[in-house]
Amino acid sequence: MSLLKAEGLSLGYDSQAIIEDLSFTVNAGDYLCVVGENGSGKTTLIKTLLRLTKPLAGSISYGDGLLANEIGYLPQQTVVQRDFPASVKEIVYSGLQGRCGLRPRYTREEKELARENMERMGVTDFADKCYRELSGGQQQRVLLARALCAAEKILLLDEPVSGLDPVVTADMYSLIEKLNREGITIIMVSHDVIAAVRYASHILYIGNTVFFGTKEEFRKSDQGRRFLLLEEQMHG
Amino acid sequence: MDKLIEYLQFPFVRYALIVGVLIALCSSLLGVTLVLKRFSFIGDGLSHVAFGAIAIAGILRVESSMVVVLPVTVISAILLLRQGQNAKIKGDAAIAMISVGALAVGYLLMNIFSTSSNLTGDVCSTLFGSFSILTLSKTEVVLCIVLSVLVLAIFMFFYNKIFAVTFDEAFSRSAGVDAGAYNLLIAVIIAVIIVLAMNLVGSLLISALVIFPALSAMRLFKSFKSVTVCSGVLASLCAFLGMVISILAGTPVGSTIVGVQILVFFVCMLLGRT
Ligand SMILES: Nc1ncnc2c1ncn2[C@@H]1O[C@H](COP(=O)(O)OP(=O)(O)OP(=O)(O)O)[C@@H](O)[C@H]1O
Ligand SMILES: [Mg+2]
Repeated sequence: MSLLKAEGLSLGYDSQAIIEDLSFTVNAGDYLCVVGENGSGKTTLIKTLLRLTKPLAGSISYGDGLLANEIGYLPQQTVVQRDFPASVKEIVYSGLQGRCGLRPRYTREEKELARENMERMGVTDFADKCYRELSGGQQQRVLLARALCAAEKILLLDEPVSGLDPVVTADMYSLIEKLNREGITIIMVSHDVIAAVRYASHILYIGNTVFFGTKEEFRKSDQGRRFLLLEEQMHG
Repeated sequence: MDKLIEYLQFPFVRYALIVGVLIALCSSLLGVTLVLKRFSFIGDGLSHVAFGAIAIAGILRVESSMVVVLPVTVISAILLLRQGQNAKIKGDAAIAMISVGALAVGYLLMNIFSTSSNLTGDVCSTLFGSFSILTLSKTEVVLCIVLSVLVLAIFMFFYNKIFAVTFDEAFSRSAGVDAGAYNLLIAVIIAVIIVLAMNLVGSLLISALVIFPALSAMRLFKSFKSVTVCSGVLASLCAFLGMVISILAGTPVGSTIVGVQILVFFVCMLLGRT
């Protein structure tokens, strides 16, 4: 059974559809890359998958007993966070919230899990540092550690590499790839089609037309050929 | 100094000091959340609503104005929060409308129905607090203490949740936290705090009580916990100092406390630079 199955989804705000009739499935262990131009509705799709916004039509079914609080989420960064006084530890711990219910304090096991995830993302060294004083790449890794605390099964990443330099971007991609190999299903929004084709197992393209398939199929599709050609021209 | 000790002999002065410090402490705790969630304007709007409610309480001649003011302010807080989340209607414009509206209607009502010979004095003390902290009735003192302790307890119990929802609401929701419920909780606590703080500093100066300690603490500290603790400590100290000064120098309580807070803010700003 698939982990996540979207059927005939229409997405938008105030009954204004941005994307119509979108269908795709995600199986456990998949690495799905969502690509498309600015404003094509990628973030909206992620939010709908997280049940933060309601789809205008269609349905999403969550298989394998996947619960809402078993999904980890890395948001596209907002401005408000930037001047927030919060230490790295506090932020990573906040990823445990979904497990707590009404319980006010974290248990020892939960703290241990947070510590492991900080270790995994290589942010243990600045656990007590202020989040806003970290570099963009370090911040993303902190948010990834938080997302991992929230969920072990599936991660939804909204442009995890935006604003990062090429070296840090490559680091981030290999970190995500490592998580995927450890068995975590990945759904990632990205503008970087080259990287998408390189790392992902499946591609979902949204724009004027919609494409969903494996990356091999994407390479052969019209959208894929057009995009890859464009990228090649840009990078020489 | 002798004068202070002499004053402290009076139980009502001691009550006032205790109540004042508790109120300031409560107000400061949510300050960080309000500033960061861009909610501070809601606090401001609510304080004006509370002013209007006081005018109505005056007309109804209820014994303790809090009985009217508390529910009215809590309900307004919930409504304002709903408005703020509705992207269609300009949230801040709606709040500005409600807040000046409440101010104007409140003053109008006071003027029409007032039996007091000193209307200007009444209005002034509602707006700026004057010495009302020393004239609290026993019921009000008890109510203030109970509410403050309640606010403190709720804040400590939900501390981790309030942090999570303040830092990143979308993430909290995605992890299955009922962010809407916590926003509601925050709004209700703000309303309670505003009604409490009204007794101390009057409705125009409440925002200062909420915002200054948080802003001062944010200059000095970098984690949410340390900022929260620091703003609590600063608020209590400023309130105590402000009240003592106002008793000794005969200045209005509210503005003296806010004056001390402004001073502390500048000190923190200088310290934070280095
Ligand atoms: N809360 C909202 N209310 C109404 N319209 C919105 C809202 N959020 C986004 N939109 C609109 O929906 C469209 C899709 O937005 P979305 O954020 O999903 O795009 P995106 O693909 O993530 O873009 P980007 O690559 O820039 O992140 C845009 O036209 C945007 O203006
Ligand atoms: Mg986006």
